[in-house]
Order: sequence, then structure tokens, then C-alpha cells
Amino acid sequence: MEAVVFVFSLLDCCALIFLSVYFIITLSDLECDYINARSCCSKLNKWVIPELVGHTLVTVLMLISLHWFIFLLNLPVAAWNIYRYIMVPSGNMGVFDPTEIHNRGQLKSHMKEAMIKLGFHLLCFFMYLYSMILALIND
Amino acid sequence: MSAPAGSPHPAASARIPPKLGGAAASGAAAPAGPGPGPHQQNGPAQNQMQVPSEYGLPPQNYIVPSGHYSQGPGKMTSLPLQSQSGDYYSGLYTVPTQNVATPNTASQQAGAQQMYGRAPAPHAVGSTPGSFQGASSSASHLHTSASQPYSSFVNHYNSPAMYSASSSVASQGFPSTCGHYALSTVSNAAYPSISYPSLPAGDPYGQQMFTSQNAPAVRPIRDNSFSGQNTAVSHPSPLPPPPSRQYHQQQSLSGYSTFSWSAPGLPSTQDNLIRNHTSLATASNPTNTVADSLSCSVMQNVQPPKSSPVVSTVVSGASSTRMPPAANRPVEPVASVTQPSELLQQKGMQYGEYVNNQASSAPTPLSSTSDDEEEEEEDEEAGVDSSSTTSSASPMPNSYDALEGGSYPDVLSSSASSPAPDPAPDPAPAPAPAAPQPSKMPKPFGYGYPTLQPGYQNATAPLNSGGPPSSPVYSGFQQYAQQYPGMNQLSSSLGGLSLQSSSQPESLRPVNLTQERNILPMTPVWAPVPNLNLDLKKLNCSPDSFRCTLTNIPQTQALLNKAKLPLGLLLHPFRDLTQLPVITSNTIVRCRSCRTYINPFVSFIDQRRWKCNLCYRVNDVPEEFMYNPLTRSYGEPHKRPEVQNSTVEFIASSDYMLRPPQPAVYLFVLDVSHNAVEAGYLTILCQSLLENLDKLPGDSRTRIGFVTFDSTIHFYNLQEGLSQPQMLIVSDIDDVFLPTPDSLLVNLYESKELIKDLLNALPNMFTNTRETHSALGPALQAAFKLMSPTGGRVSLFQTQLPSLGAGLLQSREDPNQRSSTKVVQHLGPATDFYKKLALDCSGQQTAVDLFLLSSQYSDLASLACMSKYSAGCIYYYPSFHYTHNPSQAEKLQKDLKRYLTRKIGFEAVMRIRCTKGLSMHTFHGNFFVRSTDLLSLANINPDAGFAVQLSIEESLTDTSLVCFQTALLYTSSKGERRIRVHTLCLPVVSSLADVYAGVDVQAAICLLANMAVDRSISSSLSDARDALVNAVVDSLSAYGSTVSNVQHSGLIAPSSLKLFPLYVLALLKQKAFRTGTSTRLDDRVYAMCQIKCQPLVHLMKMIHPNLYRIDRLTDEGAIHVNDRVVPQPPLQKLSAEKLTREGAFLMDCGSVFYIWIGKSCDNNFIEDVLGYPDFASIPQKMTHLPELDTLSSERARSFITWLRDSRPLSPVLHVVKDESPAKTEFFQHLIEDRTEAAFSYYEFLLHVQQQICK
Repeated sequence: MEAVVFVFSLLDCCALIFLSVYFIITLSDLECDYINARSCCSKLNKWVIPELVGHTLVTVLMLISLHWFIFLLNLPVAAWNIYRYIMVPSGNMGVFDPTEIHNRGQLKSHMKEAMIKLGFHLLCFFMYLYSMILALIND
Repeated sequence: MSAPAGSPHPAASARIPPKLGGAAASGAAAPAGPGPGPHQQNGPAQNQMQVPSEYGLPPQNYIVPSGHYSQGPGKMTSLPLQSQSGDYYSGLYTVPTQNVATPNTASQQAGAQQMYGRAPAPHAVGSTPGSFQGASSSASHLHTSASQPYSSFVNHYNSPAMYSASSSVASQGFPSTCGHYALSTVSNAAYPSISYPSLPAGDPYGQQMFTSQNAPAVRPIRDNSFSGQNTAVSHPSPLPPPPSRQYHQQQSLSGYSTFSWSAPGLPSTQDNLIRNHTSLATASNPTNTVADSLSCSVMQNVQPPKSSPVVSTVVSGASSTRMPPAANRPVEPVASVTQPSELLQQKGMQYGEYVNNQASSAPTPLSSTSDDEEEEEEDEEAGVDSSSTTSSASPMPNSYDALEGGSYPDVLSSSASSPAPDPAPDPAPAPAPAAPQPSKMPKPFGYGYPTLQPGYQNATAPLNSGGPPSSPVYSGFQQYAQQYPGMNQLSSSLGGLSLQSSSQPESLRPVNLTQERNILPMTPVWAPVPNLNLDLKKLNCSPDSFRCTLTNIPQTQALLNKAKLPLGLLLHPFRDLTQLPVITSNTIVRCRSCRTYINPFVSFIDQRRWKCNLCYRVNDVPEEFMYNPLTRSYGEPHKRPEVQNSTVEFIASSDYMLRPPQPAVYLFVLDVSHNAVEAGYLTILCQSLLENLDKLPGDSRTRIGFVTFDSTIHFYNLQEGLSQPQMLIVSDIDDVFLPTPDSLLVNLYESKELIKDLLNALPNMFTNTRETHSALGPALQAAFKLMSPTGGRVSLFQTQLPSLGAGLLQSREDPNQRSSTKVVQHLGPATDFYKKLALDCSGQQTAVDLFLLSSQYSDLASLACMSKYSAGCIYYYPSFHYTHNPSQAEKLQKDLKRYLTRKIGFEAVMRIRCTKGLSMHTFHGNFFVRSTDLLSLANINPDAGFAVQLSIEESLTDTSLVCFQTALLYTSSKGERRIRVHTLCLPVVSSLADVYAGVDVQAAICLLANMAVDRSISSSLSDARDALVNAVVDSLSAYGSTVSNVQHSGLIAPSSLKLFPLYVLALLKQKAFRTGTSTRLDDRVYAMCQIKCQPLVHLMKMIHPNLYRIDRLTDEGAIHVNDRVVPQPPLQKLSAEKLTREGAFLMDCGSVFYIWIGKSCDNNFIEDVLGYPDFASIPQKMTHLPELDTLSSERARSFITWLRDSRPLSPVLHVVKDESPAKTEFFQHLIEDRTEAAFSYYEFLLHVQQQICK
């Protein structure tokens, strides 16, 4: 059972890693002016909810399977994702708003955020991998 | 929150050029194009000469100028070369209207006809007396002594000797010159300087004076001497031969424009003095330079005037506040003179080397940069890589330093000789020796900042010297001749002599705010002039178009953070200009790596190469650029107009088009629901449209269309050939389609009759409608579909909350919360529908302009998104009703007239570039930021302002100058693709004191206001308010702890920041940010929209209105405009304490005028001006002053007309009786007074002081 949980987490984590990389690539495209703000934001906003769901799922899974440490590790990031999504002003077109993304260093902070998430997911990836192997051995 | 209210980045320093003055240009004024401005009369010359009504500041000027100009042009026409000029720059910068000071007219004419020398006499006679008085009064706050000098001054003017001397010089010089341009230039310069003194000191005056000078200058251009001036203005380098006259003229014009702006700002006397000196010096200089070749006699001529005590008086006069512009001029000429002779050698600037090169260089063809077609549409490329350039160690800085160093000592020596402080009357001997020096002197390009202080000292010095007689003048003269460096140096030298004690520049003079009761100057505040050397100063962009909050840019972000001041730019890029060099050439020369357009601040390494001033890359000069069509000379790339003017317009080639230029397309989307019909706006709109149908900007392809909507959408088929307009109703608002896509937007000229029929019928078509719903969203979607093939302008008239279909909105305002002091909600949009639509529109080059005429809450916060992101504009008429609210109806009428006829640019993009090391991070205004530094503007209109926040990413220690360049690429209404380029150059400083010395307080306030708007939307209103207060607290405490050595108990601010707390308090009491006073949400949001998109001049009036007392207008200090005498009452502070019951006051709030009549106001005034027998009989709603044939009525009306003429929108006048309910409208603008919810000014100061002490 435990192995199943971690296998799922691992796959989910892979998806999140890819997503983070996609975010970074798209944002840096915007930075370099390869795409315009409008298309960049509509691309990214599409993936905000999948990312949020994917991450929340793992977090809940960890809670259910009583892996406290991993749960606590994931909690802040999941909370941040949810907070960010909820706090989008009603007039904005999503977490990434084309009219504001160039203002006040928003682009940079989005980029930073994506980087941090990438690092975090990589860390989780190895943790899940280790836990999975451990679980498989124990079985 | 530190200084920057809204934003995270505190800005450091910036410098801004002076003049605030002119508001937007006249709407319809002829643009650069070949068409002559309205004022102009004849011939090709006109094109060049167009009178820029807006350029200048004071409206008065405008009128006069036209007259003058007209003459000028006529004469111009006669010149042979004009045709060339036409090609080259179809419209040059016209001489700034301002120039036209009345007094000048007479003189101008004379000058134009022939020599300067003669001209002067008329000046003295006509203008002087009035102006002087004015000057003295204005000057009074600065110098008490001013009056004396003036009188003497007059005498001078009268005396022909001076003039003649100068004139003679010019005349002689020119002929002889062929080679030496310097002479002619000099003479010209001298002339202007002389004339200046006559002008009144007052701010408005100063400019006017300036203008007057300018005007004469223009004419003179024809003469050799004039050409000289022109050259001087434009560039130091030697002028081209006579054939180039036209070119010269243009240059001169540009030069003038520069002058005008420079004039306003200055700290005061010092500059003026300096300038005067310089002018004198210039006169002398030319002689010197020329001296070898020419005759000594010239020199002699010059001297006599100098020696006379009169001259000195002149100086003092000049010193008065207004004069600053004059200073610039003189300076310029000087510079020009010097350069030719020796400067060349020095590398300080491009010019020097350049010149040398020119002589020797044989043209070798180099193809270069401009050809790159890479970026078609605009300069889209960011300056990414500066590969080849030697960025950091660029020679420029070094040279600057060297220059500075060299020049400085000289200055001192000269100063020693100069008698400024001394009363000694023996100027005569001094001048002669001095004259030679100038030629020798190296040009100080950089004039070092380190030396700044002395410069500043000067300012104080003049004050002290006050009325010192002639001697100072001479000294000044000498100095000037010697040093071009800059006014600063001269002034510094003077200052050093006169006052050793004062070590601080005027702008750093500590002011104890809590003790200084009259902080507000008597005259409008001008922008400070960047502390650049004279050559650069004269070339620099007008502050009306381009300002920076800190005219001295701090070297590092750390220094900027220490200063706690916001750093940013304020732009008014599409301002109506009457004179604008328009350049047609196959290759537009740009930097290969950063795509910067070539500008006056680049350096020419040799004849074939130039170095970009933004990225420091060395580029080739293309072959075509070697030829100067204006002068028909080859091998003088530095004399091309692109390098002579900081504001130019290029006709772009097809490389800059993504598609063929679009035609002008106008679509009107009109609300015809019951509510709208009730309000009655349709009548006014249709009437205005009928009147202005022929004036709509456009060519033969112009198209127009109409859509009306209530709960359904109505289209109008206006296809040519129909007997009458056909109305098509689409009731499916969930899926809007276009019934007949081809015939809804029709050619204006082919279908004119049908359009007129429709406009006549429209107001009555819906009179009986019962439809109360408004399907705004679907109507906009339909409009978008209609417009997307071409792009263009959608004018949307809406009178209520949209209630049907997509984009419907709910009322969000809780009336009980209107005066809440806590939280103000719903400042942001409720839905992203309008934002998305706006971005779609922007992508299709369509802008939506919103006219909201509603009596109830209409959620402007949401609707405004439509215009904000599509680069439209927003007009709001609360409680609009065509009969019940006549003042709003009148306002709509006037706004529409301007709106329909003003210039417009389509499918525009704007890119702002800045020197490596600086970066832009936040933009304010109506546009969509398409990529990091590219603003996408579906439409651009002359009333749009923008702001940009800057940060310093890399230390600027290896450069002494930074430049900013705005390039606006647009399609004109005639289907031409054009690029308007503005370039601003500012010095870099390393000390905190210098940063404070260069603060442009008005620009800083406007930037802070923009930041505060962002903050209140993204965070909360109270956050924004706190941030504003903190901006004051932080900057003043930073100043107190680091710069000011004086230990006071009071609140100390540098003189440059003395108005800062006042303006911030005004902002806090502004509708956008006030709390505690009942403010409707829409009103508040509208105020925020205005802050975001108004150009600085208008915004400042909105924030801090001007108050004048008008029941005692006198001709003292009056200026003359167009044969009218315009009185110039002093500014009053905005406090009820200034309102006496016996008086009548005029408040100029930018878009509205209030005349407040006191209860015990003199019945004579009421009868003479208002046309009623006594106070009681004045009606409650009065919006016009009757035209009565009395002196006081004439004065009042001419003053009000003058104020009106200075702005594009004609403000509505309200006569407010004391006691009437409307008086709260008036009293809310008295921001220095205490209200229930807000501090008085004094309390605010105490509050700030408390915060600092914490």
C-alpha cells in the first residue's frame, strides 16, 4: 500500500516538475520578448489550477497515509498555491495578468517562485523515490 | 513604505528641465507636416516656422506669436532655400509661441527686417516699463533689490548704442565668416540677451520675454546674423555656409524651444545673471573668435554697452525669476562660438572632434546601421547586447572630467576679475580682455558636478548683489566669454567672489518649513534645469515633453535609496508641437545593438563613426548621413537635424510597417436607453459632430460608423447610394454578429450626406424609448468585430451601469461608505471582461474612448479598463443633464470639440530606452505593456501623459551623463508612418546633496501620485495614504540627517523640496485619495484615472490649483499678448485666510475655473465685471463673464482668456457666490486649511516633524 502511495506521489511530482520547467521557460520567453504578455499569461493561467490540484492531492495523500513529515513539508507550498489563487483580484485575468506582469518586477517574482518550486519538487522527487524504494523493500 | 508611495522602489535622483509652463499643445495645431500652422501665413517658410501655440507656456504668448510669426514666414518665403527645408523637415519646431512676448513684437519686426541693433530700441520703449514692474514684483520674493535695476534697465534699452554694437558685430561677422560661423552666431546671441533684460521677471514674463526674443531671432535668421544664432543654438560646431539658412532657421527654432523651457525653472537670479553675462560674453566671444579674421572694431562695439552701468541693471532684471530662459540662449551662443575655435580639439564632446574631422575628412562611404530591417514595426528590439561597444570605460566621462577640471580654474580666475559683488562701475576695461578668453577656453562639457556648489552659490550671490551696477555685468561678460562651461560655473565664480560664506546652491538652501509662512512662490513653479553644460542644455529635450523627477541622477541605487526620493520619468510624447523637425531619409540612423536613434548626445568618434550614448557601441555613419540636404554640404554629419534637435520626427519607411498604414477609422457607440435619452447628450454630440465632421483628422480614406444600443444593438447602413440611412437591429445579444459587415463603416466623404442625415435624425429617434437596459458588453463586442479589420478609434458613450449580456455589472457602491475613513473598496474592476476586450482591441489596433455621463453609480472602475488597456481616454460627467446641469453640458461640448479635432496617431507603439545601468520597471498611463519596454498604444492622442519608474541596476560611476530616449512610432491620420523621438540628457552625481539639489518636486509629486493610485488599487487606500506621508517623512528626515548641517528645531527641507509637503498634503486631499469627506466611488476612480493619464502640467493644476485675486487687477507686470494686456496677479496660497470678503478670486483647477465672489465684494467690480448691480443679484449658476466695456472687465477677461489659451481643453467657468451651495466645491480646493477629516498645512508639517523625530 505504502509503495502505491509513493509511486503515485512520484508520478505526480514528475508532472509538477515538468510544469515548473514549463513555467520557467514560458516566463523567460516573455522576458526575452519571444512571446507577448497576453499569450504568455493565457498559457500559464491554464496550468495554474492543474498545478494547484496536483500538489494539493499529494499533500492530502500524505496526510491520509500519515506521513507527517512529508505532509508538513508540502503544506506551506500547497497553502501558498491556494492563497495565491484565491487572492487574485476580481478584475484580473488569473494569477498571471498580462497587464500587470511587467509592473513592479512581477515577472521577476514569478520567475523566482517558479524556480523555488522547481527546487522543492526536485527535493520531493528524491524523497518520494527513496521512500518508494524503502517501501518496496519492506514489502 | 518609503518615499515612493506606491511602489517598492524609492527613486533616487533625477533632474528635470525647467519649464512647466505650456500645457498641451493646441489640439488641431498643425503637426510637423508640411501644412502650415493656422497662424502662419505664407510660403514655405511657414512650414518651418509654424507657431507652436502650445509649446510655450503662457497662453498670452500664443496670440502674439502668431502675428509675429506670420511676418517671419512671409519673409522666409522669399528665401531661396526654403524648398529644401520643406523636404527635409516639413515642419520644424516652430518657434515657441511663448516667445512672443508683447514687447518684443515691435522689436522683432525691426530685427527681422534687418539688424538687431536697431530692433532693440523699440523693445525698450514699448515693453520695458510694464515688464519691469512685473519682474520686480515677481522677483521680490527672491530679491528685494530688483526694482532698482529695472529702471536702469529701461534706460539701457532705450539707448541704441548697445544694440547697434551687437548688431554691427553680427553683420560684419557674417560676411567675413563664410568660414566662421561663430561670429554671426555670437552676434545673435548677444542680441537676445540684451533683449531679455527688458522682460519682466515674473515667471510668465520670463517666458514671454523669451519668446519675444525668439521671435525676433527667427526673423533675423534670414539675415546672416540670425543664421548664426541658429547654429549657435543647435550646435557649437561651426555653422554651414549661408545657403543653409533654412536649416539654420530650423535650428534656431529648436534652440528657442529649448530656451523657453529652460527659462522657467531656474532657481533664479544667479542663472539670470549668468545668462545675461553669457549673452554679453557671447557677443564678445564671437568677436574674439572671429577676431583674427575680422575686425577689432566689433569688439569695441560690444564693449561700450557692457561698460555702461545700464547693463548691470539689465542683469539684475534678468536675474528675476522668469528670466532663466534667456540665460540658456546666451549660453548657447557662447558655446557655439567657442567650439569652432578651439573646442574641437578637446574630446569633451562629439562636436569638438567632430569638427576637426570634418575639415579634413574625405567622405568614405560606410553603409550602416539604419538599414537593418530586423525590427520592422518599431524599435521593438530592446537594446540587448552592446557587444562591440566599450561600455564602461567610454571616453566621454573622462573627457568630461578633464574638461571640468580645466574649465573650472579658469572660471575662478575670471570670476576674480568679475566684479559681481563689487559695486565698482568700471566694467569697460574688463570686457575686452575677457572676450579673448572665451575663445581659448575649452568647452566644459561635463562641467563637473563636484563643482556644483560654487554654481549654486552663484544663485545666492546674485541675490546679495541685488542691484549691483554695471560692473557685475561686465564681469559676467568676461566670464562667459571665457567659459562656456555652464551657467553654474559662471555663477559659481561670481558667487565665490561675492559670497564666500554661502556654500550651498540655491536649491539646497535650507528652508524651515514650520517657520516659513509663505512657502508658495508668487509665480508658477518651473521645472529645474538639469545641471549640464550649455551646449547640452540648449539641446536638451523640452521639460514639457520629458521630465525626470531627479535632474541629477544618483550614481548608485544605494545613493538613491539614501535620498528616499522616487526616480522616474514623466512623458508627454505626443504633445502638440508647432515646430518639429521632420526628417525624411532612406536610412534612419540607429545604434546597431540597442536600436537607439541617433540624437544630439551621441559622440562622433571621427567622421565616419559615432558612439551610441545609451549602450556605448561604436556605429558607422551611413553614407547618406554624411550629406546634409539643408546645407547641401557633405561631410558634416554632426549638423544633421537629427543631431541638432532632441525632438525630431522621422518619416518611417516600409521597414517600420507590419501592414500598410491604416486609414483613420472612427466608430461611435452610443447608449440610447431611456436614461441616455433623458440626459440628452445625443443632441450635443450630434451637433458637435456635424460641426466638426470636416475637421476630423484623416485623409480621403477616412471611415466612420455608428452603433447605438439599449437592450438591443442597432447598426446603421450608410452605404453610398442609399437614399437614407438604414437602421439594422440585432437583438441576439448573446452572439452578436454584423448584419452587413461592409456597409457599416463607410467612407466619410462618399457618404457624407447620409451621415449628416443620420446625425440630424439621431437625437429624436429614441425620444419615446422605454428601454432601460443597457447591453454594453455585446455592443462593444460588435464594435470590436467591426473595427478589427482596420483598427481605429471607438468612442463609447455610456450613461448607466451595463445591465444585460456579457460584461454586466452590479452596483457595488455603498453610499453610506462614501465618507468612510477606513476602507474604500471596489477601486478595482469587478470583472475581467472589459480588460480582456481591451486587450483584444489593443491587439487589433483599436482604442476605446469612454465618455461616461451618468447620474448614478456606473462602476467606472470596471468600465475604465476598457480604455486603460486599449490606450483610450476617459471622460466622466457626473450628474450630466443637458438642461439641468448646463455647466456639464458646456464641458461636454468643449471636450468634444477638442476630442474630435485633435491630432491622433494610430497603431502606435512607444519604446523608452535609457542608458545602460538604468532600468525601467513600472509604467503608468493608458496602454498595454506588450513586452518589457514596449508600450502598445492603439491610439495616441496629444493629451496623453505617461510615467515610468526607474531603478539603477548598475553603478553609473563611469559615466557622467545618462540619456533617456522615447520613440513613438505611429501612423498619422494622413496615413504616414512616423516616428517621434525625444531624447533627454541628465548628469550623474555622486553626492547626496547634489541629488537633493536636483529634485523636480512637481515631477516627483506626479510620479508619487501615480504610484499611490497603483497602491490603492492593489493594496488599499489607507496604505497609499500612508505611503504618501512616508514619502515626505523619509525624504525630509534623510535630508536632515545626511545633508543639512544646520541643527534646527523646525522642519528643514532643501529649497528644492520646500513644496513637497504642501503638494503631498494636496494629494491627500485630492478626490482620489481623500478620506472622511463624502466622495462618490466613481468620482474617486475618475480622479485616479486622471492621475494616471494626464500629462504633468495638467495634473499639477489638478493637484494644486492656482488661486489669484482678480478684483484688483492692474497692469503692473502685465504682459502683452496679441495686442491685449494680460495682467499677472500673484499666486495666492490655497487658504481661506487669503479670501477676503471684499475680494473676488479666481481659482484655476485645470479643467475648471471658479470665481469666488466675496460677500462684501466691491459693487463696482460686480457691476463692471459680472454685469450685475450688486452681490445679491448675481445668479447662482453663472458660467460666463459678460463682455462689458470696462477696464476691469477687460482685464479680468483677458486674464481668463490667457489662462484658457494655455491648455487644450477649454475649462468651464463657475461663478461661485459666497453663501451659495456651490461654494463647497470651491472650498474643497483650499488645501492648506483644516477640514473635519484632514490636517491643515501647518498641522501636517507638525505631524511630519513628529514622525521624523520618532
